[in-house]
Amino acid sequence: MARRKPGRRDQLLKMALYPLEWLEERSGLVGGVKYFLFRKVPGDISWGHTLGSAALTAFIVQAVTGVILAFYYKPDPNSAYESIRHITDDLTFGWLVRGMHKWGASVFIILLFLHMGRVFLYGAYKYPRELNWIVGVLILVLGMMEGFFGYLLPWDQTAYWATVVGVNLQATGPFVGPFLGDILRGGSEIGPDTLARFYSLHMLVLPGAIAGLIGLHLYLVVRLGVTSPPWSPTAAGRPQPGPPPPPRKGLVAPGARGARKR
Amino acid sequence: MDPHRGDESANHPAPTIWPVGFAVGIACIFIGLILGTVVLVVGAVLTALFGFLWVRDVTSGYRAAPTPAEAPPPVPAHKAEPPLSELAEGDVIRYPRSKFLEAVTLGLGGVIGGVVTVPVLGFTILPPFIKQGHPDIDVGALADFPENKYVITTFLLDPKQGEVSRRTAYIRNNGLLDGQPSFTILSNRCVHLGCPVQVNGLPLDKDKKTEIRNGLEVDRIPTAAAAGFGCPCHGGQYDKEGNRTAGPPVRALDRYDFMIKNGRLVLRKTYSVAKVDGEGADARIHKYPLAGPGQHIDGIEAWLYPVQPPR
Repeated sequence: MARRKPGRRDQLLKMALYPLEWLEERSGLVGGVKYFLFRKVPGDISWGHTLGSAALTAFIVQAVTGVILAFYYKPDPNSAYESIRHITDDLTFGWLVRGMHKWGASVFIILLFLHMGRVFLYGAYKYPRELNWIVGVLILVLGMMEGFFGYLLPWDQTAYWATVVGVNLQATGPFVGPFLGDILRGGSEIGPDTLARFYSLHMLVLPGAIAGLIGLHLYLVVRLGVTSPPWSPTAAGRPQPGPPPPPRKGLVAPGARGARKR
Repeated sequence: MDPHRGDESANHPAPTIWPVGFAVGIACIFIGLILGTVVLVVGAVLTALFGFLWVRDVTSGYRAAPTPAEAPPPVPAHKAEPPLSELAEGDVIRYPRSKFLEAVTLGLGGVIGGVVTVPVLGFTILPPFIKQGHPDIDVGALADFPENKYVITTFLLDPKQGEVSRRTAYIRNNGLLDGQPSFTILSNRCVHLGCPVQVNGLPLDKDKKTEIRNGLEVDRIPTAAAAGFGCPCHGGQYDKEGNRTAGPPVRALDRYDFMIKNGRLVLRKTYSVAKVDGEGADARIHKYPLAGPGQHIDGIEAWLYPVQPPR
């Protein structure tokens, strides 16, 4: 009875997948994505290993909400504050998108630090992954710069004076400090140019740099593989504890550790 | 047989240098379109001349009967191209074409990149250092500043930038010194990290005067008795002359130079002050070029800031 159906279903499936095959034949992209998503990772990784993906997700949220906010934000001293008020009070779900961007910024930084802590405590920064640690640190620095430059944009009293103090703090650096301060401000005083350049750095330069570094970071992760935890017998160079136990037949307690699917 | 290589008997034109002159001629024509007819004519002549030479060179093989010497030696079809060392007969050293092209590509790319980058880099870096400072600022008639009272005065530092450049100065009329008017004009920018210092005393808000002159608004709020100044951000404290008395600031408050023009007080350049000895009109001011907040201007720490950007 169900003999003929699979044939038609196969045909439909083939038709549906044809665009993917077309793409794969010409670019190899499908295979690449499959390789990225279904690559082998050690069996003893844990939830701690998901922190990097979580940080990436937070970055994507920041990028998307930031682009939407840029639809309405005006980087000009006379209209910046008013445009933020407009986003928050007047636009549908503007409060939500702005809130996501504002709080998501902290989430991004916190996740970066947690991810960094996991990598440090697991010793995952060691040979041959030192370069990926360095790339990660650069992402962290750029992420914090995003916070610094983004903080001015609401153009309220907190934002203004925090930036005054922040820039003057940079300007007290020895020798080059005074010049660095002028470059950040776009002059000797905070003014319209300061807001415009902070906006440009916040929404174009730094996100682009971070995105590029994330690409490099992921490339290195895929190339070098994921590390096992330090307590892993494999990672310690000890022999594997033998073949995995045979899968248990019948009912398996939900969430039982070590349970393997057939 | 490799299909891309043909039978190796293709008639390649002999190498020629004339296209270089031809290209220069074309460039001259384009430049001439902008600059004038003389360059245009020169370009046209160059183009025609080198074009003729180029065509003559390229077609020479067709016009002249091929001589046996020019005919390529027969190469067996199955044999790969001989290595360069075999081609270099006698003492002739050949510079590989691929090497030359590599160097030219990198060199030209570098030149183009430099030509594009240098102005853009200048545009990025230089504007913050050029045409800084502020114009002279008229803050009111002499009579608007009662003697020995600080007046909180706000004004536009740079009218072109608008309200964002509104700054505050604490102005005290010290009376006459040797027959000349004397003023103490303190910038309210804290010399710790740039927050706005406030009067430690009572601002008489009900006596606030707003004067709009030439479209520029100046506000003046007299104070009852200013005991000094304090910063809300990190607790820096200053006395009546702007000397630091407590907290993190590294020097005394900045001051404005001033002049009297047609009976009106005009603020000029801002300068930095290490400390002030004495009071009021008799004060001795240790004056230095304007430095940013938090930067030492005297003592050994000043060595950390040997060069200041132009103001």
